[in-house]
Amino acid sequence: MRSPPPAALIVVCFVALMASLVGCDKRAWNDPYPSADGKRAIFYGAFSERPKHLDPVSSYSENEAQFTGQIYEPVLQYHFLKRPYQLVPLTATTLPEPRYFGSDGEPLADDAPAAAVAEAVYTVSLQHGILYQPHPAFARRADGGYYYHDLEAADVARYATLADFTHTGTRELTADDYVYEIKRLMHPHLHSPVAGLMGKYIKGLSSLGDKLRHDEADNHGFLDLRKYELPGARVIDRYTFEIRITEKYPQFRYWLAMPFFAPVPWEADRFYAQPGMSERNFTLDWFPVGTGPYMLTENNPNRRMVLQRNPNFRGEPYPTRGAPGDAVAGMLRMAGKTMPFIDTAYYSLEKEQIPQWSKFLQGYYDVAAVLPDSFDQAVQFGLKGEAQLTPSMQEKGVKLVTAVEQASYYMGFNMTDAVVGGDSERARLLRRAISIAVDFEEYIAIFANGRGLPANGPIPPEIFGHRAAQGGINSYVYEWRAGHAVRRGLEEARALLRAAGYPDGRDASSGEPLTLYYEAVSGGPSGKAQLNWYRKQFEKLGIQLVIRVTDYNRFQEKVREGTAQIFSWGWNADYPDPENFLFLLYGPNGKTKYGGENASNYRNQEFDRLYVQMRALPNSDERQQLIDRMVEIVRRDGPWLWGYHPMAYALNHAWYGNSKPNLMARNTLKYKTIDANLRAKLRHAWNAPRWWPLFTALVVLVLSAIPAYRSYRAKQRARAR
Amino acid sequence: MIAYVIRRALYALPILLGVNVITFVLFFVVNSPDDMARLHLGNKHLTSAAIENWKAERGYDKPLLWNDAQSGAAQVTDTIFYRNTVKLLLFNFGQSDSGRDIGYDLSQRMGPSLAVTLPVFVLELLLTITLALVVAVLRGTYFDTWAVVLCVAMMSISSLFYIIGGQYLFGKILRLVPVSGFDGGSAALKFIVLPVLVSVIAALGYGTRWYRTLFLEEINRDYVRTARAKGLAERTVLFVHVLRNALIPILTGVVVILPTLFIGNLIVEAFFGIPGLGSYTIEAIQSQDFSIVRAMVFLGSLLYIVGLLLTDISYTLVDPRVRLE
Repeated sequence: MRSPPPAALIVVCFVALMASLVGCDKRAWNDPYPSADGKRAIFYGAFSERPKHLDPVSSYSENEAQFTGQIYEPVLQYHFLKRPYQLVPLTATTLPEPRYFGSDGEPLADDAPAAAVAEAVYTVSLQHGILYQPHPAFARRADGGYYYHDLEAADVARYATLADFTHTGTRELTADDYVYEIKRLMHPHLHSPVAGLMGKYIKGLSSLGDKLRHDEADNHGFLDLRKYELPGARVIDRYTFEIRITEKYPQFRYWLAMPFFAPVPWEADRFYAQPGMSERNFTLDWFPVGTGPYMLTENNPNRRMVLQRNPNFRGEPYPTRGAPGDAVAGMLRMAGKTMPFIDTAYYSLEKEQIPQWSKFLQGYYDVAAVLPDSFDQAVQFGLKGEAQLTPSMQEKGVKLVTAVEQASYYMGFNMTDAVVGGDSERARLLRRAISIAVDFEEYIAIFANGRGLPANGPIPPEIFGHRAAQGGINSYVYEWRAGHAVRRGLEEARALLRAAGYPDGRDASSGEPLTLYYEAVSGGPSGKAQLNWYRKQFEKLGIQLVIRVTDYNRFQEKVREGTAQIFSWGWNADYPDPENFLFLLYGPNGKTKYGGENASNYRNQEFDRLYVQMRALPNSDERQQLIDRMVEIVRRDGPWLWGYHPMAYALNHAWYGNSKPNLMARNTLKYKTIDANLRAKLRHAWNAPRWWPLFTALVVLVLSAIPAYRSYRAKQRARAR
Repeated sequence: MIAYVIRRALYALPILLGVNVITFVLFFVVNSPDDMARLHLGNKHLTSAAIENWKAERGYDKPLLWNDAQSGAAQVTDTIFYRNTVKLLLFNFGQSDSGRDIGYDLSQRMGPSLAVTLPVFVLELLLTITLALVVAVLRGTYFDTWAVVLCVAMMSISSLFYIIGGQYLFGKILRLVPVSGFDGGSAALKFIVLPVLVSVIAALGYGTRWYRTLFLEEINRDYVRTARAKGLAERTVLFVHVLRNALIPILTGVVVILPTLFIGNLIVEAFFGIPGLGSYTIEAIQSQDFSIVRAMVFLGSLLYIVGLLLTDISYTLVDPRVRLE
């Protein structure tokens, strides 16, 4: 037998195949991108989950926003550089200021009390000359008719992607498109997540929803929303529209920077509603149409999504002013220049963290989040506890960017529970004792790699109302020592527990040990470690914590029904206003009774009264004082263990510019720059193939086969016995 | 044989129905239609009206298996189970809960799955059989001992280790192939080299050991001794006589998996970013998309039944003594 050893065969085949694949190409063999892209201003990123919705009326997730934010343009946006976060016009000419009217229709002053306001009107003026991206929905024949508005299912079956439609067109953005989109919030098939919320504010929107549901039952094709009147959204002229809401709600302006209020042309709905379109997956959810700097030219979320520069984009100047320090940090280098700076953005599907991290290190992704698995390779802490890059990252020229997220992760007590809930002094002292014992500084260090700030209340840093340093500490849990907030001692917690009637964790009246119940979602081995940690924190006080692990659905159900006693929860801000955090503790938002976002079902009359006042005020000293009082009330009552505000850590390669984090804006791709030459050079240096280990392995395999061959020959030549 | 095939096809119907019932019950024990609506709509600002709308649009507002509010046949037909199952048995996969056409997605994702599973299948079969024959021939030598030890060691290692190790070695250290990703047409080649290589290596231990056992059983038979006594070359003895006679047990394990190559490999596709049907199933389970889960389980069970039938038919081809009646 002379066949070569199979293992050697594998190696030979592998080498031969690779040689035939790569040929004389001088690019790195492990380069996952087409060779023509090497020196172009292309952004390379990754996504781990297919975006569910790209229709602005339904899209609400972060992973969707990285696409929708670049395609759609609401009337407002967040300033890229300034902090605290500020709204600035995007397609509007100016920031719309609300005008208030009483129940008699008479105008009211800007500082009119909320109770007196029956209607607030926002008038929005649009810039002229903004064009939509090229799209077949706009394509018109010479006679003015639309090429693709009267297709049959058989016609549609000929097209595989939007690029197969020969004709495209565009048109100018008008006020109608914004009003049309507001009506779409109530479209019965689109299921906008904010339909219920906006129905409470925008005049006539709820009743429009009822009417649309009725009409849709008879008409399963294109529901032409232009025919429906909506008192809360009205076109004034081609470039002006107004929105009427039913109360004084200054935070409404933030919603105007979200995709729910981005324009949608009726032509797009008409186009996608034709027979056979959804069967071919031609929907607005899959092929968006916008006026933004980019358009989605390839949507294959099983593999790759590609944004390309919208040729009809008007161009927008890079900000000329920023926050203090931005000029020094080089953030104003492109001041006044026309955006966008990047031509194309490739987003590749990466479901697992390890390959994503490897490709970042090879230079095939421009940015990477710092994930638990790769944290130690990327980040180390200095003597003062500051995060810094490891030497290997510094050597590669990687930049570390950190920012406090506009979010709170907390442990909530169910305030309707007989033991930990309620307004009694006993329950309050118990909650306070637990608040001291559960050491969130330790939690952050162990389970979040130090990426978080211990919270002293519901409002994160960089949001109006947050107080830092000594004035901002939760004095029930911390004390101020030598310029630092220091968690109060366990003795103090035990004393509080004694005062609550649970000396050493036992009920003084019955002598029974105090047993509490923590609801959790199963989360694998790391989740188990966290749960054990929680148990140990409670054990410090002698309290037995029973952990009830369940699946996500049951967990949600228990919190919703108020049967969970203690649980962990979190909130990511919709907009940078204290109202968006304090409403999580507003009584009428209780989850169990009203289905709101107050998961703890906390209710305090004074807090609720102050909340109503606070939400109607602009940011001012008066508002700050109200917030201080509210925060003090909830600190005293302690419906939450305040937990922590997570920090986002991101790594950027040296060629990726203008990387200041902006955690409220989603349309930040247009500000970024890529030094494609530097990237090509470094990629080449980092990815030269190494052949010698493979050749060595081949030689070893061949050598190891020789004795086997000799055994075989010897056996063949042996005499029969 | 045709009668046999028809009879087996008819047997398949209750099996498919049973699989469908079990999938349905298991899925809805864990997820209620309300849970599905919440996952699809998100938890923020969600109202009960929005949940009801979502369920009504997708038919999840009906009872699961029995509708008391109806009379006659409608008690069975006006249910979630009936409405979904009938369409499925007619190969109408319908739309996913997120509104995508499942049939279209299946057609798009089958190619990438096959691009990996087919070469893995062929290479794995060739290599393991060749290796097993070599080891069987050298039975009793130190080579045989070490080969068995190596096989057992390779069998004991998790497939995840091979995947991560392969990515680390070939993609990161040697920089010979992309760590992960996929592309269309001929550009796909450089992306499938690594998953194919890793999958084949991961399967070598088990396959070699299993086939070695089969060949050793055959190699000690009288006809082999006779063949050798006739003076046939060892290569002819092994590849013509031993291999042919060992084909029945080989086919038992091999033909049955042929149809299932279409549905891909869950772990390999997830780690290498291959947009095939394996990752499609995983995504559907994670997003509680019952329509896709049901379609994939149906497809998987159907292909498995087809595989078993093909196995039976293949017996008649390799062993003239076998007759299907």
